[in-house]
Amino acid sequence: MVSLLDIIGPVMVGPSSSHTAGACRIGLLVRGLVGGTPEKARIELHGSFARTGEGHGTDKALAGGLLGFRPDDERLRDALDIMEREGLDYQFEKTTISDDAHPNTCRLTVERAGQIATVIGSSLGAGRIRLSEIDGYPVELTGTLPTIVLVAADQKGSVARIAGILAEQSVNLATMRLSRIERGGDAFMTIECDEPPGDSARAAIERLDWVKWVRTLDKVGG
Amino acid sequence: MYKSLADAIRDAEASGRTLSATALALESKDQGRTVEDIRSALRRALEVMRGAVERGLEGDLRSASGLVGGDALLVAKSSAGPMSNTLFSDVLARALAVQEVNAAMGVIVAAPTAGGAGVLPAVLTGLARNRGIGDEAVIDALATAGLIGAVVAERASLSGAEGGCQAETGAAAGMAAGAATEMLGGTPTQVGHAVSLTMQGTLGLVCDPLGGLVELPCVFRNATGSALALAGIEMALAGITFAIPVDEVIDVMGEIGRNMDVRYRET
Repeated sequence: MVSLLDIIGPVMVGPSSSHTAGACRIGLLVRGLVGGTPEKARIELHGSFARTGEGHGTDKALAGGLLGFRPDDERLRDALDIMEREGLDYQFEKTTISDDAHPNTCRLTVERAGQIATVIGSSLGAGRIRLSEIDGYPVELTGTLPTIVLVAADQKGSVARIAGILAEQSVNLATMRLSRIERGGDAFMTIECDEPPGDSARAAIERLDWVKWVRTLDKVGG
Repeated sequence: MYKSLADAIRDAEASGRTLSATALALESKDQGRTVEDIRSALRRALEVMRGAVERGLEGDLRSASGLVGGDALLVAKSSAGPMSNTLFSDVLARALAVQEVNAAMGVIVAAPTAGGAGVLPAVLTGLARNRGIGDEAVIDALATAGLIGAVVAERASLSGAEGGCQAETGAAAGMAAGAATEMLGGTPTQVGHAVSLTMQGTLGLVCDPLGGLVELPCVFRNATGSALALAGIEMALAGITFAIPVDEVIDVMGEIGRNMDVRYRET
């Protein structure tokens, strides 16, 4: 459903909702996956992101998102200088991710406090984004709702157990997706919530011994 | 939101309300937010729009490529043209100003998109200043613009990559013309004619940015798009009725966009 405020908005730093605002949101979501500003990042730009990204500030927007700046933050313009000043090692390169990848796609490999994440994300137009792969797991993450992501050993009843914890914490689920690379291997779970899940919900999930890793991501748009 | 402008106009006329009141009531129901909450988001949008106009008119910004910047101030200061120092030249300068801010990575409101972000602030804030219209009426006009944009998004497209520039600055011009027509006291039916009379002049407009950047001709398209909006407002308030229903004008824009060679739709 189209909302009036989708049309009169968003408030953003120019020049392009797809190449600037969307790129910033991808950076913000990826930052959330490692729990803060990464010290190192390898940023590979594909398609139109590679061809016209520099002129659209796509590099600045992605770096700014990793630094925690939102799409309407004027510091995005100086994000590359800020990155250097803070001693962060972000490298940009052009690549072809795959022939059928969306034209505005990038792959980010980020590292913070020893934790590494590799993510493929696309900017779909009008600032909407989708992360399609995290550490090799196929995902579908839009950042339009507060989201819990976790990696767990594949075992029966895991979805019900986590849904139960969230119900106890009065967190309403919007969507829940499970993906795994192989049967019996680890599963990647993406849970979009109507309201921010809060630290206690996260801690309760983290206490499950079959959960290997959990992060809560703030909504970044929409 | 409405998927047909004809439906919205019919509901507004039947209830004796404006299109903005009709749109705000439906948005409130759709989104579960109060009308005041929606209007406060639109108020923030208006503040950002005004800020972008003022920032651009300072004249010192340059874009990434260096090709764009400083032209808003040229128009604002000029007395050489036949329309210098009129509402018309003021609206052109405001449209250029917002797009120069956009091209220089300044803060704008994407309405409907970043590439078409100059038209709506130029027409609405230019007219408001010229006519001494208060903010509450401009905020209502933004709601009407949002309604028109939502119908275009639903029936056609608001993306240059999908529909060419007619879907970005063309849609922006239609939104601005309709919104301003209501702000100046036009009826909901006249708002519909203003949208048609404006958008018919943008049909077939291609998206052909130099180097794929939102700079050339985008900055100037926002100025010429604003000029078309002023023409549409003038004709609609004079009482001209456009024989083709407004939803069909929007549908035709979508059809032309779908059939446009991909070379003429961005990058």
